[in-house]
Amino acid sequence: MASGQVSKRVKFKSSVKDPGTPGRLFLTLERLMFKPNSPNSATKLNMEFKFIKNHRYTKEGSNKAPMLNLTSSQGVSYIFEFESYDDLQVCKECVGKALSKTGETPKPVDTSEVPSEQPSTEELLSRMNMLRENRAWKDDGKRVQKPMLLYFLKKSKKVLDISDFFLYELQKLHKRFVRDGILTEAEFWATRKKLLGANSSKKSKQRTGLKSVMLSDTKPSTDGRTNKVTFTLTPEIVREIFAEKPAVHQAYMELVPKKMSERDFWSKYCRAEYLQHAKSANAAAAAEAEAAEDEELALFLKPDNLLAKETKRKIKCVDPTLDLEADEGDDYTHLPDHGIVRDGSKEITESQRQLHIRTLSQELNRHAAVVLQGTPIDEEQLKDTQTVAEALNQSKHGQDTSNEEADMNANQDRLSRISKMMEIDDLQASSDLPLAPLSIKDPRDYFDSQQASALKTSRDTSIGTDPVKRNLSAGESYASLRDSISLIKTTGLVDPIITPEVAVKVLSVLTHNISSTKYDLGKNPGLSVLDTLPNTIKEELLYHWTSLQELLRHYWSSYPITTTYLYTKVSRLKDAMSKIDSQLQELKESVLSDLRHQVTLLIRPMQQALEAAMQHYDAEMQKRSARSAERSNGYT
Amino acid sequence: MKFPIEDVTVYFPYDHIYPEQYSYMVELKRALDAKGHCLLEMPTGTGKTIALLSLITSYTLSKPQGAIKLIYCTRTVHEMEKTLAELKLLHDYQVKHLGPAAKILAIGLSSRKNLCVNRAVLESANRDSVDAACRRRTASWVRALAAENPDVETCEFYENYERAASGAVLPPGVYTLQDLRAFGKEKGWCPYFLARHMVQLANVVVYSYQYLLDPKVAGIISKEMQKESVVVFDEAHNIDNVCIEALSVSVRRQTLDGASRNISSMEQEIKRFKATDANRLRDEYKRLVNGLALSGNLADSDSWLSNPALPDDILKEAVPGNIRRAEHFLHVLRRLLQYLTVRLDTENVEKESPISFVASINNQAGIDQKTLKFCYDRLHSLMLTLEITDTSEFLHVQTICDFATLVGTYSRGFSIIIEPFDERMPHIPDPVLQLSCHDASLAIKPVFDRFQSVVITSGTLSPIDLYPRLLNFHPVVSRSFKMSLTRDCICPMVLTRGSDQLPVSTKFDMRSDPGVVRNYGKLLVEMVSIVPDGIVCFFVSYSYMDGIINTWNESGILKEIMQHKLVFIETQDVVETTLALDNYRRACDCGRGAVFFSVARGKVAEGIDFDRHYGRLVIMFGVPFQYTLSKILLARLEYLRDTFQIKEGDFLTFDALRQAAQCVGRVIRSKADYGMMIFADKRYSRHDKRSKLPGWILSHLRDAHLNLSTDMALHIAREFLRKMAQPYDKTGSSNKKTLLSQEDLEKMGDSSRDEMFFTHHLELAQKSAVGDVRTPFMLDLKASFQVNL
Repeated sequence: MASGQVSKRVKFKSSVKDPGTPGRLFLTLERLMFKPNSPNSATKLNMEFKFIKNHRYTKEGSNKAPMLNLTSSQGVSYIFEFESYDDLQVCKECVGKALSKTGETPKPVDTSEVPSEQPSTEELLSRMNMLRENRAWKDDGKRVQKPMLLYFLKKSKKVLDISDFFLYELQKLHKRFVRDGILTEAEFWATRKKLLGANSSKKSKQRTGLKSVMLSDTKPSTDGRTNKVTFTLTPEIVREIFAEKPAVHQAYMELVPKKMSERDFWSKYCRAEYLQHAKSANAAAAAEAEAAEDEELALFLKPDNLLAKETKRKIKCVDPTLDLEADEGDDYTHLPDHGIVRDGSKEITESQRQLHIRTLSQELNRHAAVVLQGTPIDEEQLKDTQTVAEALNQSKHGQDTSNEEADMNANQDRLSRISKMMEIDDLQASSDLPLAPLSIKDPRDYFDSQQASALKTSRDTSIGTDPVKRNLSAGESYASLRDSISLIKTTGLVDPIITPEVAVKVLSVLTHNISSTKYDLGKNPGLSVLDTLPNTIKEELLYHWTSLQELLRHYWSSYPITTTYLYTKVSRLKDAMSKIDSQLQELKESVLSDLRHQVTLLIRPMQQALEAAMQHYDAEMQKRSARSAERSNGYT
Repeated sequence: MKFPIEDVTVYFPYDHIYPEQYSYMVELKRALDAKGHCLLEMPTGTGKTIALLSLITSYTLSKPQGAIKLIYCTRTVHEMEKTLAELKLLHDYQVKHLGPAAKILAIGLSSRKNLCVNRAVLESANRDSVDAACRRRTASWVRALAAENPDVETCEFYENYERAASGAVLPPGVYTLQDLRAFGKEKGWCPYFLARHMVQLANVVVYSYQYLLDPKVAGIISKEMQKESVVVFDEAHNIDNVCIEALSVSVRRQTLDGASRNISSMEQEIKRFKATDANRLRDEYKRLVNGLALSGNLADSDSWLSNPALPDDILKEAVPGNIRRAEHFLHVLRRLLQYLTVRLDTENVEKESPISFVASINNQAGIDQKTLKFCYDRLHSLMLTLEITDTSEFLHVQTICDFATLVGTYSRGFSIIIEPFDERMPHIPDPVLQLSCHDASLAIKPVFDRFQSVVITSGTLSPIDLYPRLLNFHPVVSRSFKMSLTRDCICPMVLTRGSDQLPVSTKFDMRSDPGVVRNYGKLLVEMVSIVPDGIVCFFVSYSYMDGIINTWNESGILKEIMQHKLVFIETQDVVETTLALDNYRRACDCGRGAVFFSVARGKVAEGIDFDRHYGRLVIMFGVPFQYTLSKILLARLEYLRDTFQIKEGDFLTFDALRQAAQCVGRVIRSKADYGMMIFADKRYSRHDKRSKLPGWILSHLRDAHLNLSTDMALHIAREFLRKMAQPYDKTGSSNKKTLLSQEDLEKMGDSSRDEMFFTHHLELAQKSAVGDVRTPFMLDLKASFQVNL
């Protein structure tokens, strides 16, 4: 094991029923070998682990023989029967390690095998056990543990999508709390899982916008041999079609599945599309002829009434400085037959065909409008056309009611915006507050330009990071307060109460700390305060920070305390926290005086969080004792 | 700020002013003082409109005894709205500083369609049916009928307005169309008739060109404007086209058929009237004997499009005897229709002068010139007599009468062209008889004659000496202003080659070359990936745009473009285009970015601004020449050559380049704004073409930018965008002020005030700029050269 090689006596089987060839199985991290006992046996095996896709094994306690089943990427399975469950256990670990190692290199193993299902709790627990056993061996401590953990996490990638660095952190936390018995294994993972769940639910709340590219404009594919063309529709495309062509949507709601099947509907639609996009005049004629016979097909070729209605509504609240349509009202030159018809500057339009053929430009405009409007349908709803259609329908209903008001409001907004837009920007002082120019190159510029003067003066008097001190006696400050009160009494409050200069001064003094820290950081702007600290202190701080967070998370999630289990957990946590508290205190005192200020600043939020937790704990304890006292009073 | 210009104190609503705005005001003031016309070219993006409005309102304020009225003409309704919005800003400022004395009444005027608030009327789709629906409710005879019969539908807004009588006035203020509608709704008065009424009293009227230029409308709306008015034509670079279009009529088969139906129904009406109310016709006859002048006293709501000819001289004469009787008039019209039908039935293109055309009408149909001239008024009178409210259904016969009147009135500057089909589609027979006007000065002449000051202004009026000739007037001031820039915020480029170094052009023999189409596409694909926010592309025609977009769609270029930006396209459907524009702006606002495909000479190119983030780059694909084989264009060119000695080629280039400049000039709104312009055609690199561009573009067109390929243009664009994103000093450095404060203006002596700024500063600025950009660029060239070796 120490050398990374395992050898066990096994029987090799090609299937479960196969009596098997007795032999020896050699396992290393890279490859597995099987040597039959009888040298004349043909069943030899020598292959690399990267060809192994999956492994299964019989569970201890079941009355089956201990067997390990390795499936190769070709789907061939290799079954090994062990003499005992202990042997199986050892090999199992080894295989797991080897697989996880190869699993780190990109291979489609996990996704193909376990597409998206999350590991069941059972599985989780079993893995947890593996983790624990692994640790128990401890022969090569971290080196064994990490790949195992990695393996575990990689396996359940869908649940835990975390970077290696985070993994390391996690491992450290796990070691600290679980081993020290502050938390149980289950507790540790349960909270983690919840955390991730919260993450993923947050993600789905954000609506994704539509892509700019037109999906529904996919060209039919031909197979080249026959005259058949194939259209491909995905729910995403269907969503686009429904959003861009409300008439199709309406027809779908009406016809499917009452009058025609989903498939018929879409093949009709595609036929109509095909006819529309065909270029030759013959095809257009054919479209007309077909439409005359086929009612439903004609539906797709007719002008979209819903769209027309929507357009009519929209044109009413369009920005009047863009409204080309209003010009028509004033255009007396282009009365029919007035003005110049054929001077070449005007375009010739072909006489309209009977059917409404949407041009590419119209489609592009419509598509862009829909994309801008966004979609009310989440990715999750993109399952099948029926749900898409219904979801769209619902959202439309919601819109219709609120439309009128929204239009009016939008109109008002627009008018005010127009008058604003008419102003010429640079002829007057801008209405916004003056901004400090943002230069990403050097963040210090922000502070420097903001309060260069303030800094300069303060740096002259007080050196380095020491906060500015203004000593005032109580008498002085009282007098100043009285003065200002009497001033207010006589003159009343002025608007603004504080003059901007004073406000800037106060602000600059208050932010002096930050800025001076930044200023004193030296030339590299990428450094943070942490980086200025010695490595050991920095690491310690970070370590405390992560563990504290973990503890607090557990701590707060245990409230309200309803069971004795939680009660003990909380007290365990409390002890751990107070330990960290004292450690922090030690740390604070141990650092050199020139760093102490910064370290204190960094520690302060941690201590505050701790304090809050402690206070809460104490209050809760008091309440509890009071209640129990009451109760006991009542009883006795 | 406020500052004096000679004896006038100008109130300007901003804290600073551009030097060119100041000089513009000085020139304008001189023209007003001299009571003469003027021609002023100032680049877009230098605040022309606000300078003009400030000066004229301030001028009026300083001369309380002879208040002058401002008639501000815009080409489009949306420009009208923009102007009124700026005027609002100015008015607020002036009232704030001068108190209620500065209050003025300013209104925008448009058609019923844009002003009506009656829901039932607004149901109608187009302008003519709105007009007709309105007349059905407001015509005097309808109202008389409604007084007896409550079932007859009237318009409550109009009734309320009539009831309020002289009490119906607008309080002082600035009213956009939207404001007028809101006011009308609130008071229950008809905004259209209220506005029509208030036009006489308003200090500022903003309306469309056509209300002054098109005699059909001008006769009613602008009849009673005082001579002391100042008329401004903004964005007037196309004014000659508007003028000639206003006086052009075309007749098709459908027109003749429709007119014939109209005449039949009028005949029936006459029969009905003879049976029931013969007196009416007799009264009309008497009125016509006395002359049309008396018939002018009609109810406000009854008037509609007026005589297409000049109203003054006609109103003095009596209607010729042979058309005074209604039946006789209809007979004359029938004969005219017959004659036109015969003429239309031709197999060859025919071109004729009005004189010979009138002579042949006289010979073959027996209608003399004077009769023709009165057709329109006679029809007008007849329709009133017959109480026809559905005027929209009688458009055809009106067209015929327009035609007759024009052909009878003018003997010069017109030609009649009969074409059996459109040359571009010879297989479709579509005969048209066109009466086309060639002389832009005919339509605008009454304006110059009637008003003391006419200001013609635009961002592109070069060559500035051409316009007085085209419009036949003598400006007292004619100036072209340069632009003083704080930094080089415009970057024009001429792209002659695509990414494969082959020339690109929309020349007739090259435009359908797949290589050119692909190169244009690649240019756009590259540009959408580096230019933020909005990009506008102009194509030479709708058909070319449709073709190129289809090709791009098939070759996947469109998809690549759409990966970076949304695509919006101007179509011939205005509603669709308006919505596309609206969405385009939204896409630019929200940061998604968009490309707008538009057409030079289209509606969008005419008046939509693509300033600030709405347009960081304009690409002009090709040179927007007119279709040179058009018979009408040829006739016009011939006329121009004979009358003004303007060469055909020169005029065509001038026309194409002013369109291109117009498209491209929409990108800048102020000096804080910035934008690039790419002229993508190899022909732009030729001096004779390029030199026709307005000076303010030329002065920024560096020699190094005259012959670019796609990759070079890309490099320049990157550099430019990076430079423009840096903060800068808005007021310009001390020796070349590009932004003046009140103190600056006060410091300047009265003597050299106007000439001072832009003499040599511009050259200086340019030289320094050329220096620093050209160097890396040359290096690039060298590098690529070495690679080739």
